[in-house]
Amino acid sequence: MQSIERAAAVLRLLAGGAGRLSLAEISRSLDLAKGTTHGILQTLRKVGFVEQDRASGHYQLGAAMLRLGTGYLDVNELRSRSINWADPLAARSGEAVRIGTVLEGQVLVVHHVFRPDDTFQTLDVGSLLPMHATALGKALLAYGATPPARLDRFTSRTLVGHRELAAALRAVREAGWSSDVEEYTPGEASLAAPIRAYGGLVVGAIGISGHVERLCDSRYHPRPQLVANVRDAARAVSRDLGAARR
Amino acid sequence: MTERYVIAIDQGTTSTRCIVFDRRGQLVSLAQQEHKQYYPKPGWVEHDAAEIWRNVERLGPEALRRAGATIDQVAAIGIANQRETTVLWDRATGNPIGHAVVWQDTRTDTMVGRLEGEPGAEGVRHRSALPLATYFSGPRLRWMLDRHPGLRERAERGEVLFGTMETWLIWNLTGGLHVTDVTNASRTMLLDVHTLDWSPESLEFFGIPRAMLPEVRPSIGVFGTATAAFPGVRIGAALGDQQAALFGQTCFAPGEAKCTYGTGSFLLLNTGAELVRSTHGLLSTVAYQIKGEPAAYALEGSIAITGSLVQWFRDQLELIASAPEIETLARTVTDNGGCYIVPAFSGLYAPYWRSEARGVIVGLTSYITKGHLARAVLEASAWQTREVVDAMNADSGLALKTLRVDGGMTADNLLMQFIADVLDVPVVRPLAAETVSLGAAYGAGLAVGYWPDLEGLRRNWHRAAQWLPTMEPARRETEYGNWQRAVSRTFDWIQA
Repeated sequence: MQSIERAAAVLRLLAGGAGRLSLAEISRSLDLAKGTTHGILQTLRKVGFVEQDRASGHYQLGAAMLRLGTGYLDVNELRSRSINWADPLAARSGEAVRIGTVLEGQVLVVHHVFRPDDTFQTLDVGSLLPMHATALGKALLAYGATPPARLDRFTSRTLVGHRELAAALRAVREAGWSSDVEEYTPGEASLAAPIRAYGGLVVGAIGISGHVERLCDSRYHPRPQLVANVRDAARAVSRDLGAARR
Repeated sequence: MTERYVIAIDQGTTSTRCIVFDRRGQLVSLAQQEHKQYYPKPGWVEHDAAEIWRNVERLGPEALRRAGATIDQVAAIGIANQRETTVLWDRATGNPIGHAVVWQDTRTDTMVGRLEGEPGAEGVRHRSALPLATYFSGPRLRWMLDRHPGLRERAERGEVLFGTMETWLIWNLTGGLHVTDVTNASRTMLLDVHTLDWSPESLEFFGIPRAMLPEVRPSIGVFGTATAAFPGVRIGAALGDQQAALFGQTCFAPGEAKCTYGTGSFLLLNTGAELVRSTHGLLSTVAYQIKGEPAAYALEGSIAITGSLVQWFRDQLELIASAPEIETLARTVTDNGGCYIVPAFSGLYAPYWRSEARGVIVGLTSYITKGHLARAVLEASAWQTREVVDAMNADSGLALKTLRVDGGMTADNLLMQFIADVLDVPVVRPLAAETVSLGAAYGAGLAVGYWPDLEGLRRNWHRAAQWLPTMEPARRETEYGNWQRAVSRTFDWIQA
């Protein structure tokens, strides 16, 4: 694709140049029309690969470009951007909400909203959950995170076989949401959906957890209304992070 | 039945937001736009009121679109606004006269110093229950009238109008209704807080023509019907942003308090129908008034710079790319390394009220990294809260038992934990961090019967997060002592 080739050329030019370059300098150097160059720069700016100096209007490589190898979205930024959507999810579902990202083969809880019943609960931001036994973890695994080599058993329902897990993750990708029904804690269930940033990149997952009787029907199937609530919240956060509507 | 919503317009210092709320007080959609900050001279801060109105006109339909709702599903609009920011406009054309002068602006400091010594100053202080300070809109208005030749004469003829932001927005929404609410009016120094109307003596003291002032109305009660932005929808409430947050936190009973962490931070304690005069540097202010009922009052501790210190760290020092990253950077170290930042950028507010103070960074050694600075930035917000809570406890004779918090900075876990640590009380965040907007929505919904009563609103309040104190008492005392020594270094920097 020509546009990607051109974007790569713009990035190479900015990486190689000394200091910031103006639009005119970039378009001249690459022999591209100013309008085309401007379009490419604006898109690169939107995803953080290019930054524009506020005073001069000149361009340079963005901070996101330098951090390509290390997760691109700061976890505190993710919490800050999703807090407004996590609250309504807790209110509508009546359950505790957590947002997670991947940290060294586990789910790092980056945000936690109490179940809105005003009982005593403890904030567990910063704690780690197993990937294969929680809805948050499965949502992250289904969209690219690497599963741990050893799948520990927590309950009789935990998926401990890699083939079994792969099948479950295929189902997650088809459905667009994940669940754990007593796979981590007996009597507890959880539901989650992926949070996407620009280009569809999955940067986290948002979900609810609570008593299995509340989250699931008598046949242990997650209640459709709660699934819809979780997916709506995930979409709202994703939209704020710049993912296209889907 | 078509679902009906209430819309809040939150006209803040850095941005304007339109938020759609449902009957449970939950956020359905949000549209936000920052506006330009003008800094023409050190200490001066201005906004373009016309730009802000254009943003409201655009954001309203955008928020509705995002909610998938239509205008006929909106039961009412409520306004919460940055307080004390002073707008002048031409009655005939509706065009602003110059830029709005923002609450953080300190251009009136010399004038305020002079006015303080004049006879009548004590009377103004008594009637307004406020100290003479650059913070309030009355002195700002006087400055504008003095500065522009011919303006006072035009104001006397009623050709030039004054308003705080809600007055400007209601004027534009309704096509010419010139009104304010008691909470915003109580921040001008021109209001008599007992009669809840403009004080003729205070107007004379500041030399402000009555003809340019809006009519003072209760905060909660239908102001009028919008003809622009939300045509046909009733405006049910207008409150200063901090009073709106108190209302949104459902602090309806005397003794209930909240702190909102935004650009600045504001701790308000409901004192009920009784006005409590502070002897410890707090302000007395109107909390809200429901139409047909007596006003409720509050004690307020205002901190000028909290979130804006993080913004400064991001934009001026460029040590982080986004505000939330301050927590990431602060967590690269385990303590402040002995470094303290006192952000007296435009003087110190409560409980000191020192307009001549300016900011300091103390305790610098070659050991200090940007991580320590990030810690010091966050800790500054917590220690400033502690000073205000101490003053409030002394004035009210009660010890605060829990602190209800809201605002964007409640997303910062490190900060919230540190606040719990230095106050030694639990810090609680409700299930709606956007309490400023929610308070405006609650007021508007009450006014039109969308919500039946205060009890109904209380049932919407739920705990979403809680931070419990874990700091050793000895360390708390040592750190507080260090902070207070750092504060003393800011005094007397600007010399008259």
